[in-house]
Formats: sequence, structure tokens, C-alpha cells
Amino acid sequence: MTTDRQETPAALAEHTQEDKGAGTATDAQAPRPLLEIEDLRVDFHGRRGITHAVRGLSLSMGREKIGIVGESGSGKSVTGRSILRLIRPPGVVRARRMVFDGIDLLSADERTMRAIRGDRIAMIMQDPKFSLNPVMRVGDQIAEAFRVHRRVSRREAKERALEMLKAVRIRDPERVYHAWPHELSGGMGQRVMIAMMLIPEPDLLIADEPTSALDVTVAMQVLAIMDDLVSSRGMGLMFISHDLDLVASFCDRVIIMYAGRVMEVIEAKRLHEAQHPYTRGLLASLPRIDEPREWLQTLKRDPAWLEEA
Amino acid sequence: MTAADTPAIAVKDLSVVFGQGREAFQAVRGVSFQVREGETYGLVGESGSGKSTVLRAITGLAPVTGGRMEIFGQPLGHDRDAAFCRTVQMVFQDPYASLHPRRTIDATLSEPLIIHGIGDRQERAERVLKALADVGLGPEFRFRYPHQLSGGQRQRVAIARALMLEPKIVLLDEPTSALDVSIQAEVLNLLKRLKDEHGLTYVLVSHNLAVIAHMCERLAVMQHGRFVEEMTVEQLRAGTPREEYTRNLLDAARGYDREKAARFAAMEALEEE
Amino acid sequence: MTKKGNDRSVPPVPEEAPSGAGGLRAWLESDAPTSAFQARCVRAWLTWLKFSSNPLAVTGLLIIVALVLVAVFAPLLMTHDPLAQNLSDRLLPPGEKGHLLGTDGLGRDIYSRVIAGSRITLYIVGLVTITAPLFGLLVGTVSGYFGGWVDIVLMRITDIILAFPKLILALAFVAALGPGIGNAILAIAITSWPPYARIARAETLTVRNADYIMASRLQGASDARIVLAHIVPMCVSSVIVRVTLDMAGIILTAAGLGFLGLGAQPPTPEWGAMIAEGRKFLLDQWWVATMPGIAIFLVSLGFNLLGDGLRDALDPRSGQA
Repeated sequence: MTTDRQETPAALAEHTQEDKGAGTATDAQAPRPLLEIEDLRVDFHGRRGITHAVRGLSLSMGREKIGIVGESGSGKSVTGRSILRLIRPPGVVRARRMVFDGIDLLSADERTMRAIRGDRIAMIMQDPKFSLNPVMRVGDQIAEAFRVHRRVSRREAKERALEMLKAVRIRDPERVYHAWPHELSGGMGQRVMIAMMLIPEPDLLIADEPTSALDVTVAMQVLAIMDDLVSSRGMGLMFISHDLDLVASFCDRVIIMYAGRVMEVIEAKRLHEAQHPYTRGLLASLPRIDEPREWLQTLKRDPAWLEEA
Repeated sequence: MTAADTPAIAVKDLSVVFGQGREAFQAVRGVSFQVREGETYGLVGESGSGKSTVLRAITGLAPVTGGRMEIFGQPLGHDRDAAFCRTVQMVFQDPYASLHPRRTIDATLSEPLIIHGIGDRQERAERVLKALADVGLGPEFRFRYPHQLSGGQRQRVAIARALMLEPKIVLLDEPTSALDVSIQAEVLNLLKRLKDEHGLTYVLVSHNLAVIAHMCERLAVMQHGRFVEEMTVEQLRAGTPREEYTRNLLDAARGYDREKAARFAAMEALEEE
Repeated sequence: MTKKGNDRSVPPVPEEAPSGAGGLRAWLESDAPTSAFQARCVRAWLTWLKFSSNPLAVTGLLIIVALVLVAVFAPLLMTHDPLAQNLSDRLLPPGEKGHLLGTDGLGRDIYSRVIAGSRITLYIVGLVTITAPLFGLLVGTVSGYFGGWVDIVLMRITDIILAFPKLILALAFVAALGPGIGNAILAIAITSWPPYARIARAETLTVRNADYIMASRLQGASDARIVLAHIVPMCVSSVIVRVTLDMAGIILTAAGLGFLGLGAQPPTPEWGAMIAEGRKFLLDQWWVATMPGIAIFLVSLGFNLLGDGLRDALDPRSGQA
């Protein structure tokens, strides 16, 4: 890796990126954003014509927690995967600009991408069951993931793996290190995945519905781990989810997507003041424990939301 | 006891064990509850708490190893007869798995009528169309295959199927957890309306407290195959459950909070020791 | 509901110019069929579109269609009586004296015999197809659905038959039943059902506990209804694919039995028996054995290509077909 990382740790800690959606630049000499995307478009060419999965998404994020929320088919997962260039034909990815920390992701060759994937940008999927190799011990997988990106001895890799397991608050790292994936519960498996993804200390973590297969109390703990890692390491987190309330309480900023388009970008704590009718409709359709209602409000979809702004 | 007092469902000391010998797993451990006619009763809990297994035990799809169950005062034996099928029906969690992929909606909906010898061709066609209209689907859906439908539409078909035999009790196993929230709202509204129109009794299983609170009058919280506590929805809304486990679920449902997460972690550590 | 869902409900206008059959095409691509018959046609049409986009599969289909046409019109296509001997015209090379593919050791016209042989091949293929897969399907679905001792008994019988090499077992059956084309077919059918039972059982195990099976059980459906109306349709496509791919093997087994003198008896123009007769002249009069050999090769190839194409088009997991 020959990319320069000039930001000082102090600058990393602050989330001072210029941001089109909210338009709040608090720092005059803002450091360059970690990830910049302009007009991302992803099309899938099928027998029945072209499906536009993402239509003109732009975003700029720093070392912050950014949430991407949308219903199924909104293009939120496709967005995450296209950053890592994991979209395969018949999918086609186009963008005016897609730059990660000075590296142009659109023109980078496959070798550069391999070096970026897992090392500088890591990704966590929904279900750890499908992401872990079932015939390899958990610890060996974590150590292996580390050795792919760093030239270290086996012993050193193992030490780092154990350290990492401790960092994701696994109480008995030795035992988990030697466990097989099928012996882990869902929450434990997701912690292991996070450990595996974070061991090369990536700058950006893309988490695609990382907690939706988990029970609520376990999900809270997994989120707390990610929360701490973002603040202690100055990592950027792209949190992809369908759960508005969860994203609102967890992230710094939220991007609301519908049918491949960005409806609204809003600060998470102001989500409940959202203006866009889609966001308002989604919020209103949720049943609430403390506000009993006879009927839930249903969403009226407006074709105008799909038109290019 | 008068007929009006007879509960729609009465379950006493139900236990369910999967597997045998050392592999045996006790999914439900001595659960008792009663559901009044016309009521919506909720079962809430995390995965593996045994809430869905209770429903499957009532329908005869899970191995019951102990306890008694009664439907409108009639004790349930080992096998379920035709009369049971016409009284109790179920809606499954995953609308992508609960419709036969190679049968048209028409074939799926008319099957129960054929099995129970109800009506002739003409009459069955009318009832299928009526059932579709009932769940808000037009006649153009009649001869479609499930893959041509969205998740919400499939779940509507699954609900229509459950109502074909005009049952009194419908068991709902996480009916909206595979759906988007806006679709969830439509399906929950539909279920409420159908309940009023057909005078149904529901047992609703969900991991989502907000859904339970919206739909149910009474609910039970389950953990490790047991009832933690039974309460009314007013108690839940007031945030005054007796048990700490329930309070935690309630807390977690209100969104992410750093301190809350730390408390859960500490509790889990205690539990392990 | 979702964006993708919308796209699906509004199929793009077909690119080909609408022909005279435009109405039919619209009917076949209708998104809201008005009868069960139309629904089935629409589904078959979609499968055909998928199948026909694969040129190799279409080639295979054309070969099989050609085989059927040749068999149907055999009397018109034959230039000579396939059984008529003419010892003065023995072993003529192709093209001589009006014998398109030459003559064999008894002076019979090879071209006419190959044409006549297509009927026998089709007869074998037809009879085996309607017996072995049906039996295998039934054994497999019953075994998989009921499980327990039913499964153990049925599967052990299947294993026993699978343990023998197919040709040897068929040989043993034919030897016991006596040579002849009917007995050869019976022997082939008896030896070829176990793989279908295995496939059907495996497929049954994956769908047995599906929610839609549970749902119909809850509606009061009997075991027979569940197996026949719900499970069998899920297994049919894998079995069809496997049968098509096996067809080449079945033709070769039939030819093998014919070659060994245990299948079709002389003077029946069966391709395998023809090769056996031509063996004596292989070095000097190569065409006698080669012509029926090419026929066997072409038909086997056709079935294999067709099977591959069907596998892609009927993929039960795609849900589309």
C-alpha cells in the first residue's frame, strides 16, 4: 500500500466533513472526505429490460457513522457493494466520481481493489453463518484474514486475533478462537465477523444489515462494539439498514433511499423532523408502543419521487 | 361453565421436546394460558424462546410431550381432524416459503375447498374471488404464480388461504417480520379489519414488541421455553412490567443507547456465570 | 410494491416487430392470465424463451425432432425394403447402385435399415421413459415423505440395484427372461429407475418441511394429496432433466444388448445389432458398422444437449419456470 494517510489523529476524531445534504461545514479547512461519490448509477441488464438499482446517488462522508435506510429494492445494499466494486455482470456501475481517500475506485485496477478490499474498506454482511468458512476454526480464519494483508508470523497473527476477539468483548477469547463456526450463536458469530473485518484496521467499514438476524438485546451489544471502534479508531462506518428507529438512534447522519434515489439526507437526531413525505410516511407507518392507534398509516407512494431532480 | 365462558384456546402445562436421548431439546416447558373468543393474544420473545413452537404444538406440527390443549372446550388428541382444520388456521412467517411455487393462486386458494368437498366449480371460483377481494387483491391475481407477487401480496394470499375454511381462530406466526415497514402497516391493518369482519380470535407470535402492543389485548413474554410473565397491553404501554427481562426487551425496542447496551452486556455476563 | 416488483409487472415491449401472431404473443405474455390454462401456457412460454436462447439446446431439440420425424415418415424415406436381402449386391460402398450408404453383408440397404432403426430406438426410448422415471419418482417421493422404516426399506432396495453395473444387471435379466427387444426394454427399465428414486427423494427431503406443505397439511390434505399434488410437481423437473441426460445411456445400453445378441434379434434393423454384424467387415468395409454408429452418436448427442438445455430452463430453484 502506497497511499498517503496525512490526517492527524486529532483531525480524524472530528467529524467535520463538508456535506451537501445537511450543508454544515463547521471547520474552515476541512480535511478531504474519506469517501466521495457523485452520481452513482447501477443498472442490471436482464431479459426483461434494464433495472435501475441506483439512480444518481451522491454522498460524501468522513470518519463518521452514516446510515443508509430504505426498504427492500431501494438500492441500499447495491450501493454498499458497488463501492467495493463487487457488482458483477449483468450489473453495470457508473459514476461521475467515486474516490476513497484519494484513490479513484472507478479506474483502479483489480489488484488495487484487492488490496483495498478487506484491508482499507471492510464489509460485514447480514448473516455470519454464510460469511464464515464452516470447516475452519474461527480463530484461524481471523488470523488468516490478517496474514492476507500484513506480513506477520503465525504467532503474531494469533496474538492479534485473540486481542481482537477481546476487543469485540468476547469474554473467553481462547475458547472462541478454537471453536468451529457452527458452535457460535448468532450474536457471537457477528462479533467474530466484526473482529475478522477490523483486524487490518480498515478506514471504512460497510455494515449491511449487521444486526437484523440478531435478537434486540444482542444487537444492542454488537452496535455498542461498532460504536466504540468508530470513536476509538477514527473509522468511517456505513451502516445499511431497513430499521429507521435503529439508524436514528445509532448513526450521525442518515441517507434515506427509495427506488435507487436519495430522498433525503438528514442528521440522525433530527430524523423525526424529516420533511420528505416518504420519510414521514415510513415513520408514520411504524406501530409505536407508547402511542396506541386504531389503524396504522399506510404509505402513499408518489411517482414524482422517482423523477430526477 | 356456560358456553360464553369457554375459552377459545386453553393450554395447560404444555411441553414440547424435539429429538430423543442426549440430543433432546426442550423447546417449551410447562406453558399454560387461555385465549378468550374474539381476543388477540400475543406471544413475544427472542429467537429460541419457544414462541413459534407453541403455535406449532396447537396445530399438531410439533411433538407434544406433555400437557393438555382445548379448543372451545374440545380436548385435542394426537391427530387433528377435519373439524379442527375448519376451526383453526395459521399464517406463516415467510410469505416466500408458504406458497407452493408451482401452483397458481387459484389452485392454492381452492385446495381447502376441494379437500373439504365445499361447493362445485362455479361456487369455488366465486369464493376464491371473494377471498381475494377480502384481502385487497383484484381478480387479475387469480391465475398468477407466487413469483409474480411481491412479499406483501404473497402474505395477503396466505391470509386469504387461512380464511378459506372460515375458521374461528387464526394463529399468526410472525406474519410481518419478513416485510418492509410500510407493507407491514398494510398487512396489520388488514388483519385488524378481517378480525372485526369475521369475528376472529388471533394468537400473534412476534419478536417485535411494538407490533404486539399494536395488535394485542393481552400478551405473554417467553424466554427459554417458559412464560416470563403475562400482562395486559396497558401494563406494557405504561412501562411497568414486573420482570426485568421484559423491561429490557422494552428498552431495547426503543432504539440504541450506549448505556443500555452496557447494561445488557453486564447482565449477559452475570447469566453465564 | 418495491421498485423491482414494479419493473416485473410492466414487461418491456418485445423488441421484435409484432408479427401476425401479435395477439397470441400478448396472450402468452399476459401478466394477468384469465384461466388456469392460460397461466400454464404463459409459464411454458417463459420456459421456452429461456430454453430457446441457448443455441446448443435448440440443436439438441432439432436432432430429437428430426429423429421423431424420420421415425414417423420412415416408410416414405426408405428407398429399399430394410429386410430384403440381395446377395449379389453384398457390401457395396456408399453411393453405388442407388444404395446411399452402401449395403451390408447380406446385401441389405444400410440407409433404409438406419431409417427403420430409428423407429426401434424411439420405441425403446418411449417405453423406458414412461416406466422407469414414473416408478422412480413414486418410490423416491414416498420414501422421502414418510421417512422411517418405509424410507429404510425402499432405499436399501434402491441401493442393491444401484450396486450392480447397469449393463451387467440388464444382461442378467435378459438372459433370464430370454433375448428379444421387449425383454431388453424391461431389463433397462428395471435397472434404470434407482437414480430417479434417489433424485426424487433428495428433492422431497428439501421440500417436505416447507411451510407450504405444512399449510396444506393444516388444511386437512391427505398424505396422498400432499405427495401427488405438492411434492411430485417439485421433483418432476429434476427427474425430466436426468431422464433426458440418461437417454443417451439407455440408447447405448439397448445398442449394447443388441450388439451382444441379447436385444433385438436379426433381422430386425436395430442399430446396436447392425454394428455387431458390421464388426466382421470393420477393416475392409468400414461403412457397414459406421453408419449405424453415427446414428447412435447423433441421437445420444441430441439428448445430451437437450438435457443440458432443460437443466438451465427448468431449474427448480429459479422459481420462474
